[in-house]
Amino acid sequence: MITKNKILEFVQKYTMVIALVLVTAFFAWRTGGKLLMPQNITNIISQNAYVFILATGMLCCILTGGNIDLSVGSVVCFVGTIGAVLMHKELNMWLAVIVMLAVGLAIGAWQAFWIAYVKVPPFITTLSGMMVFRGLSNVVLQGKTMAVTNEKFVQIFGGGSKCYVPDIFGGAEINILCLVVGIIACALYLFFTFRNRFMRKKVGLQVESMAMALVRAVVIVAVVMFFTLRLSQYKGLPMVLIWVILIILIYTYITSKTTVGRYLYAIGGNETATELSGINTKKIYFFAYANMGLLAGLAGILTIARLTSAQPTYGQSYEMDAIGSCFIGGASAYGGIGTVPGVIVGALLMGVINIGMSIMGVDANYQKVVKGLVLLAAVIFDVVSKKKNR
Amino acid sequence: MADNILEMRGITKQFPATRALDDVNFVVKRGSIHALVGENGAGKSTLMKILSGIWPYGTYSGDVIYEGEVCKFSKIKDSEEKGIVVIHQELALVPYMTIGENMFLGNERGKKFAINWDETYAEADKYLKMVGLTESSKTLIKDIGVGKQQMTEIAKALAKNAKLLVLDEPTSSLNEEDSKALLDMLLEFKKQGMTSIIISHKLNEVSYVADDITILRDGKTIETLVKGVDDIGENRIIRGMVGREMSDRFPERHGVKIGDVALEVENWNVYHPIYTEKKVVDNVSFHVRKGEVVGFSGLMGAGRTELAMSIFGHSYGTNISGTIKINGKEVKLHSPRQAIEEGLAYVTEDRKGSGLILSNTIAVNTTLANLKGVTRHGVINPEKELAIAEEYRQKLRTKTPSVQLNVSSLSGGNQQKVLLSKWMYTEPDILILDEPTRGIDVGAKYEIYCIINDLVAEGKSVIMISSELPEVLGMSDRIYVLNEGRIVGEFNRGEADQEKIMSCIISADSAPKEQKS
Repeated sequence: MITKNKILEFVQKYTMVIALVLVTAFFAWRTGGKLLMPQNITNIISQNAYVFILATGMLCCILTGGNIDLSVGSVVCFVGTIGAVLMHKELNMWLAVIVMLAVGLAIGAWQAFWIAYVKVPPFITTLSGMMVFRGLSNVVLQGKTMAVTNEKFVQIFGGGSKCYVPDIFGGAEINILCLVVGIIACALYLFFTFRNRFMRKKVGLQVESMAMALVRAVVIVAVVMFFTLRLSQYKGLPMVLIWVILIILIYTYITSKTTVGRYLYAIGGNETATELSGINTKKIYFFAYANMGLLAGLAGILTIARLTSAQPTYGQSYEMDAIGSCFIGGASAYGGIGTVPGVIVGALLMGVINIGMSIMGVDANYQKVVKGLVLLAAVIFDVVSKKKNR
Repeated sequence: MADNILEMRGITKQFPATRALDDVNFVVKRGSIHALVGENGAGKSTLMKILSGIWPYGTYSGDVIYEGEVCKFSKIKDSEEKGIVVIHQELALVPYMTIGENMFLGNERGKKFAINWDETYAEADKYLKMVGLTESSKTLIKDIGVGKQQMTEIAKALAKNAKLLVLDEPTSSLNEEDSKALLDMLLEFKKQGMTSIIISHKLNEVSYVADDITILRDGKTIETLVKGVDDIGENRIIRGMVGREMSDRFPERHGVKIGDVALEVENWNVYHPIYTEKKVVDNVSFHVRKGEVVGFSGLMGAGRTELAMSIFGHSYGTNISGTIKINGKEVKLHSPRQAIEEGLAYVTEDRKGSGLILSNTIAVNTTLANLKGVTRHGVINPEKELAIAEEYRQKLRTKTPSVQLNVSSLSGGNQQKVLLSKWMYTEPDILILDEPTRGIDVGAKYEIYCIINDLVAEGKSVIMISSELPEVLGMSDRIYVLNEGRIVGEFNRGEADQEKIMSCIISADSAPKEQKS
């Protein structure tokens, strides 16, 4: 009885991770192992970088009560447009990056102001933003494509063939830097988990069983090492991976360890209670949406660097990818529930399905059908399993 | 053999972890009012869910015999067709629909795809009259008071041709006057042959209205008391519910010194946030001393919650005027944050709606209003947070295996303790407790009273808003009576009794109306 409950609990807690493993295994089998080839693993990361980043920001909005931001796709496009124009005028690349992030943040703050302080529903505000910034991108580009020719910019933010962290150890067949980074990451992970465990025990708090902690540590280390090994067999660490990991780490920390993060969950859980607890809920709404703008700015940078151009059609339906990843990754449509790692798993699941079907040569339109059904299935599973739990 | 409309025989309901009902027998005589009482978690609601078909036939063992037939309900509609209608504690009315629309929601008059509105409203008016409401059935639900909404629910049940009415805590959100009206109506229905089952925590009401009282404890039938045969006084019922005599429902307060004035509010006026010309609090002045429990009594809608919330950092109302002095010094409280910093705490009456975050853990809820107590530079220290939550769990004796569980897993009484922990952790000097014991059982109530006593013993001041007169009388050092936003009476401990407070309200009620006209 106890073991059965434990298994059930485990499955419920890690549903999406299990789904990710199963889906990956399925496509690895169907593509004859091609999915796990070094180049494809690199592709999953660089093609989906914008999803990881937008989904992280979207989670903050969704946490406040299921509120979404529809404008991110257009903002990505507009920020990219501004950047392309500035670099075309041969502005210093770093200056251009700062301007792009500032524009993203300013757009976020503009929308956040109406949402937080004037109480315009987020859906309406961002629907307006979606149209306004798509239109403005078109106006600035005059409907044309503008190439991004700044090589250094493309190398640092892009996902193309030259966009890798150079191997300072000069490995020939294998990228040694990549492996070293993998090992350091694992070491840091182990250090922090076990230090945390030790500290909790010291103050007399409950900790999970040693066996469970060990199993999890072994699995995580194995996965990280497998991927870094794969990456090192290709061209090493994609630059874009560095940005993605940075954002994931920062936002995991913000949502789980800081007061701002706590308040995001609190508002989504019960807004009146949060307000009566002396918390300025308006500030928190402002943070969520201004921050979304900033991250959309970053996604804009990554997008034009990867595609080495800006076009008025870029970023279309990016918002839907981000929103979909959040809900697949276990965020509640009513707010208050969801984690950054969960959302990343959701985004990865979508990414794996995408690339898996592409390798198999499935028609792009069918790919959309499958992704749509996966989204529905994930949420159905979530709702049903929670109901049974009660 | 007596004429029984309902017999539930040997009902057992097993949940994965617990046995909610264990061989329960429950017999209701035709044309009687039968009360079902017991502490929270005793199994009352589960039993009624079986009766109404929410737990379908087959998910329990035992027989439900209604009108001499064994019933095999698989959904609520099945039981309603037979005339068993349950009115739940939480009102199920849509605020922006009319009374008539609500009354026939899911039971529409007319053809299959075309509602006959004339018939709907004519029928609705007929049923409204039966429950003594004079409102037009075209009035929106949001525009009538809670008491009338409860009456509308009953009218809705009548419209379904109810033969057996089940009322789950029908008076929990009603004031004394509306409660009495509701109970008298049940007695009136009884004369016309209606059978009712009433679930209630308010034992004085049970004694007043019931013919038979069945007591459940821990999922078992303890006994059935019959009016005229057994003693059905409150103490007798409590003994059955808790399994012991509760001679003292209010703990003694020993040697608490009442000190200087802690909070003084003068000429406080508050207007309604939407209907801005409506005055909700009218020129109220009062004070609270250190170590004192001050009760605020009054009918529902008298403006007690509004008064408290407007003082607590203008959380309610517009155009607020008046002065607040804390320890003799005038303060301006424009946000809950400022109020908290000045040592005020407001423990809401609506713990699910505006008190707790149900989807979060006990620990998160405990520290929410004083998160900076467990943070450094905006970063939370989770170990310290858990340690604090654990400290308050022990202090308030909250029953839970771990503070890392969600508050939604706790019973009402324990949730209330978490809510209290949250506000005690802000280390307030003045606590405003709004209906601190609503919807929790007798045992938990006693523990909440003990906590209040501990608080004043530490020199804190407590303002207790309560609709239960015995509680106000039993706990307060001083009592203010509010009516229609004004203070209409003030009593010291020992001066007041239920009659005095009620007559104070009623005489105040008639006076101002003459002035207005």
